[in-house]
Amino acid sequence: MEPTRFNLDPKRVTGYLVLGILFGLVLVKSEVVSWFRIQEMFRFDSFHMYGVLGSGVAVAAISLEIVRRLNPVTATGQKVEIETRAWQGPGVRYIAGGTIFGLGWALLGACPGPIYALIGTGISAMVVALLAAIAGAWAYGSLQQRLPH
Amino acid sequence: MIETILQPWPWYVAGPLIGLMVPALLLFDSKRFGISSSLRHICAATIPSNASYFKYDWKQRGGWNLLFALGMIGGGTLAATVLGDASADIALAPATIADLQNLGIQDFSGLVPDDVFSWSALTTLPGFLSLVVGGFLVGFGARYANGCTSGHGITGLASFQMSSLVAVIGFFIGGLIMTYFILPLIF
Repeated sequence: MEPTRFNLDPKRVTGYLVLGILFGLVLVKSEVVSWFRIQEMFRFDSFHMYGVLGSGVAVAAISLEIVRRLNPVTATGQKVEIETRAWQGPGVRYIAGGTIFGLGWALLGACPGPIYALIGTGISAMVVALLAAIAGAWAYGSLQQRLPH
Repeated sequence: MIETILQPWPWYVAGPLIGLMVPALLLFDSKRFGISSSLRHICAATIPSNASYFKYDWKQRGGWNLLFALGMIGGGTLAATVLGDASADIALAPATIADLQNLGIQDFSGLVPDDVFSWSALTTLPGFLSLVVGGFLVGFGARYANGCTSGHGITGLASFQMSSLVAVIGFFIGGLIMTYFILPLIF
């Protein structure tokens, strides 16, 4: 299969970079990228992480409902399409994959977003974690046919 | 105002801002907020493989996600330089500090303990396991579960998807097993 070219429309490129910068900024400023905060969360010693995740979900849910009702047009000029993800197969992947992810989350103290943001803060050893995460994704893709889903 | 921005942001500011990423990406270009698929796109782009999982048009499907991830690195730099100080102490709960001291953590400055997350620590058991094995499990698990904290934890839960609720329950099962049963063996 021959890949097509990138969509290098300057408006899109700028938009995704700016949104990514904002997200990385919030992740670091709220300390949710911190190994310490993740430990605090799994030890149920502070409300901080639950507050971030809970209010994030609430705002996202309300926003989604508003977007659905208003049926708006995107900044790039198309109708907004909300991608939904149906439950796939027996669902083993969600509990098994989720548990494996959780083991890694508590060990590394970072999920994929924070890995990128932490590299940006200057913790260069997190590049090792990024490469390991890429290797993990590759291992999943290679074993996909043999894993229960 | 500037003083407030320079301080750590409380959950009731950060959480809603993170939640707003979902409509922002939708209203910008109908994109579904999630980070871990970037790992798949990087594989498809760089590592030769015969697996069907990596045979798709990553430039078209994943280009935006890779730009978003690149932006996140920049956001991290911004937060650690002009808009804050990444080496400042975090106001951790005293109970957590006590637990972590029992594990042997000595350095409580900055976002991560330097005695684990540094190049020199890579040759120690905790450093190697945390960065290499931890990173691997995060990447493997996120793709197996079809999402991570953002795709399942924020977008999926906000869409009332049962698959995301099950995945998030899995996140906590794994996280609690690691925190209470495995970390004490490693550290």
